[in-house]
Amino acid sequence: MDALDQLIGSFFDWEAIAAVLPQMLTVGLRNTLILAIASGVLGCILGMVLAIMGTSRSTPLRWLSRIYTDVFRGVPAIVVILLIGIGLGPVVRELTGSTNPFPLAIFALTLMASAYIGEIFRSGIQSVEKGQLEASRALGFSYNSSMRLVVIPQGVRRVLPALVNQFITLIKDSSLIYLLGLLASQREIFRIGNDAAANTGNLSPLMAAAFMYLILTVPLTHLVNYIDNRLRTGRPEKQQPDDAAALIGKGAQP
Amino acid sequence: MSEFASGSLTGKNLHLSFGTNHVLRGIDLDVPTGTTASVIGPSGSGKSTLLRVMNRLIEPDQGDILLDGRSVLKDNPDELRQRIGMVFQQFNLFPHKTVVDNVSLALRKLRKLPAEQARAEALEQLDLVGLKHKADARPANLSGGQQQRVAIARALAMKPEVMFFDEATSALDPELVKGVLALMADLAKGGMTMVVVTHEMGFSRNVSDTVTFMDAGVVVESGPPEQIFTSPRTERLQGFLADVL
Repeated sequence: MDALDQLIGSFFDWEAIAAVLPQMLTVGLRNTLILAIASGVLGCILGMVLAIMGTSRSTPLRWLSRIYTDVFRGVPAIVVILLIGIGLGPVVRELTGSTNPFPLAIFALTLMASAYIGEIFRSGIQSVEKGQLEASRALGFSYNSSMRLVVIPQGVRRVLPALVNQFITLIKDSSLIYLLGLLASQREIFRIGNDAAANTGNLSPLMAAAFMYLILTVPLTHLVNYIDNRLRTGRPEKQQPDDAAALIGKGAQP
Repeated sequence: MSEFASGSLTGKNLHLSFGTNHVLRGIDLDVPTGTTASVIGPSGSGKSTLLRVMNRLIEPDQGDILLDGRSVLKDNPDELRQRIGMVFQQFNLFPHKTVVDNVSLALRKLRKLPAEQARAEALEQLDLVGLKHKADARPANLSGGQQQRVAIARALAMKPEVMFFDEATSALDPELVKGVLALMADLAKGGMTMVVVTHEMGFSRNVSDTVTFMDAGVVVESGPPEQIFTSPRTERLQGFLADVL
């Protein structure tokens, strides 16, 4: 049973895990969340711009959005992070005197996330029935107001599950920032696990990192399922008895 | 006396093509103030397209549109559409908003009314169509007939001068058609200027002042309902009536 003990020892060395956990919780978790949330929010903003361009009536705008999306969806994350982080690093250092890799890492993650999020928003917007835009325009709203008040809110609601999935990807991709070189206080979950694993010659700290990622991502996966289910069955609402009766046999709409 | 600030509507020699498909081939339609014009004809004859051209959801290739005797082709099309209410076959209520918000949205955002006043006016419109008690429900929780009445209230809330109905009862279950048609007849009686594209020959015959029969993008025959339904002159109209009646 030596082989099995050895295997358990290299993956589940509780002492090594306990040693790395405090750092992972106080420094790593915070940095991972900073990276994921910042690039998630910025990615949503840029993604919405791309989606509006991609569904606009102007051919040049649609093309621009198309090209951007194709480029940043088609290149591996690791390539973009290295090109942006190392390529633009010296420029940023010269301009601001800062060597903090976070802004450029967030920028690189945002560039990629926005390409995916843009496609998610675009598919949502285009899934809204043509009649919605027509009804809004018939009331006297301009194209832009109609999109803003009627079409986009419905489109976004429909793609919330896909959006949460994209955020899960961001949490995982944020680990790639380690390539840019991090100070001790800048390390995120993966880097802390990886450093500890290298120092101890034992994989258990990386197992701790994996577990930390799961703590973040598994609840989000279930949130996706919850939202998805709620969108499909309609929101729970207080109803008059005759409303409840009217619903029977009718496909409730999101 | 009219309950509404209605206006007259005239379409003159309206043409529209989609590529090589000549959908409208010189349509004339005159709807005097406070009257109801119904437009009948087979599917694909251009009836629904005519409505969309007359409120400039689709710009005509040629021809003129007069509202209250004045050409509106050079106006801002969004402002023109605020003066013409439209009701659709599929209702097209906004599913992410409550019933009352559907009705008050344009009042708040276009008329710039304060939220409370917009809500009060919207509730008043809902009361007129008998659905005030559904104000805070979602459209998906209403029957088709109720949804269509909300859509009518939404259009009326903007105090339009003309109302368009695009096959407003075609998507309704048979037992719900009557209520919506009765509401439309009330509007007509109240003096609203209306253009009604419909397959309901009973409504066309009993409520409208003029009937226009369209086929293949042209007006084949038009006149008072009595003449159209009892002594159709053209073979095409005779054939159509034989099919639908």
